Amino acid sequence: MAVTSPGQVDLREPPSWRRTKNRIATVLMVIAFVLVIIPLGFVLYTVVSKGVGIISKTFLTSGIPVIVAPPDVGGMGPAIAGTLVITGMATLLAVPLGVLGAVYLNEYGGKSPLARFIGFMADVMTGVPSIIMGLFIFSIWVVHFGLSGYSGLAGSFALGCLMLPIVIRSTQEMLKLVPDSLREGAYALGATKSRVSVTVVLPAAIGGIVSGALLAVARAAGETAPLLFTIGTVTIGGSPNWNVFKGTNTSLPSQIFANASSPYPGAQARGWGAALTLIVIAFILMIAARLVTARFSRYSHY
Amino acid sequence: MEQPEDTVTNVRLPEPTVREEQVAPAPTGSPVFDTKSVSIYYGAFKAVTDVSLSIYEREITAFIGSSGSGKTTVLRAFNRMNDLVPGARVEGEMSYRGSPLYGKDVSPIAVRRRIGMVFQKPNPFPKSIYDNVAYGPRINGERNKGKLNEIVEHSLRRAALWDEVKNRLNTSGLALSGGQAQRLCIARTIAVEPDVVLMDEPASALDPIATGAIEDLMQELKSQYTIVVVTHNMQQATRVSDRTAVFSVLVNEESDTRTGVLVEYGTTGQIFEDPHDSRTQAYVTGRIG
Repeated sequence: MAVTSPGQVDLREPPSWRRTKNRIATVLMVIAFVLVIIPLGFVLYTVVSKGVGIISKTFLTSGIPVIVAPPDVGGMGPAIAGTLVITGMATLLAVPLGVLGAVYLNEYGGKSPLARFIGFMADVMTGVPSIIMGLFIFSIWVVHFGLSGYSGLAGSFALGCLMLPIVIRSTQEMLKLVPDSLREGAYALGATKSRVSVTVVLPAAIGGIVSGALLAVARAAGETAPLLFTIGTVTIGGSPNWNVFKGTNTSLPSQIFANASSPYPGAQARGWGAALTLIVIAFILMIAARLVTARFSRYSHY
Repeated sequence: MEQPEDTVTNVRLPEPTVREEQVAPAPTGSPVFDTKSVSIYYGAFKAVTDVSLSIYEREITAFIGSSGSGKTTVLRAFNRMNDLVPGARVEGEMSYRGSPLYGKDVSPIAVRRRIGMVFQKPNPFPKSIYDNVAYGPRINGERNKGKLNEIVEHSLRRAALWDEVKNRLNTSGLALSGGQAQRLCIARTIAVEPDVVLMDEPASALDPIATGAIEDLMQELKSQYTIVVVTHNMQQATRVSDRTAVFSVLVNEESDTRTGVLVEYGTTGQIFEDPHDSRTQAYVTGRIG
């Protein structure tokens, strides 16, 4: 077997099952990867191909027409405005609270019963169906104000409830990754616990925290169910409502719900357009997440 | 724990260099730390028992001894770092310049502002080099940009790191080599002008050249700070320290526990040339690890 000149060592791999098994495993993994990419690619292709035709400046800024209107009339302006303000307000409510909550859980709570209870409840909340969040806000907030209880703000509360446990848990995971040696270094300089948490631990974890928060935002932007009982009518006519505190509102997912399954071609086209717009917004958020993370963690690596 | 005479093998290690000043036993200054019969527990586990010694001003005191003998535990007790370990408690009297360290109203924050610590593995913050050194002064309330610049430069010069980083103060502290990172941590520690600098095996993670730089630094810092250093490296103890405390492990056969104990404490010259306790002799001549 050793076809070498005298004195040399034969380093070739002896024939065995190993090489074949390795090849089979590699092929299986590639197949698995492709299988995962296919539905993703298919979804993207479908939305882009069906929606791109209707996207135009008119579409992005015009008011929502009646459902029977042809494709070139009107647009999704109010829905875009609604999604932006409602999701924006929900982020303002949920992210600071969630991050501070995670700081408490990881830095202060430790293994205390209260901390474990809060952590457990956060985990339970991540599993609560989003429509329940909407119902919850409906019953404790919207109902008390009568008809004027419907507002973007109510929708923000519902989306905020949805985002909060996600932000808490992902932030906590990021905080756990910060090595204790950094905390010790700060304590040794005479820093108090709050100082250490805010000036050393949070900045060290900020990249991951921002990523996690933006994922929560993207999730909230695509939710319909919590908004059903909170922001009011599903269609809004002419102008976008940028006031999150007053007046009913609408959102892109709500419009997709209303339009895409209707029998009218105009409505369907507008529904697909709204879907494409929503995906683009999520995409922009992801890119923003990368940029912000890179900027904040520029000292964390070489 | 007597070593039987007939098993003594004459292992001649290279002679430790003893500096002339080490021969005089009298401390040059007043005691900075005083410990009387201090025992430290982690929960139910007794990590170190009955330690009584004094650390003197502007000297370098080395703690040496085998692993698990409590050297780091005692060191960390000096600046209340053991408070961070749940269940840790100190029995006995430990005082700093006459005031009890573990008294009822004592603030660990105030303690740590005066007693700094450098750790075994360099732990620069993921911030710029400037922000690393300025961190301490900033949390003490210093806001003036000019003053901060001064403090940063002064500390980096004293830590023998200024020339290497003066043109890149805004780059990440994590981008430094091991030796540079440790000097950065030392600069960070002295930027708050502490009274004492505790060092937990500061050079054990570094190569010999960087180790030499750290040791030279310790000699220079001695003129201004009191230094206590834990080291596994006996040659380092002889090169650098004025006084040496030797710790050992007390094994309790019945309860299967190992507790640290202070075996001997004296000037470095005396410990290495004329050890009184046989355990000290066994450790410094290398017969036990």
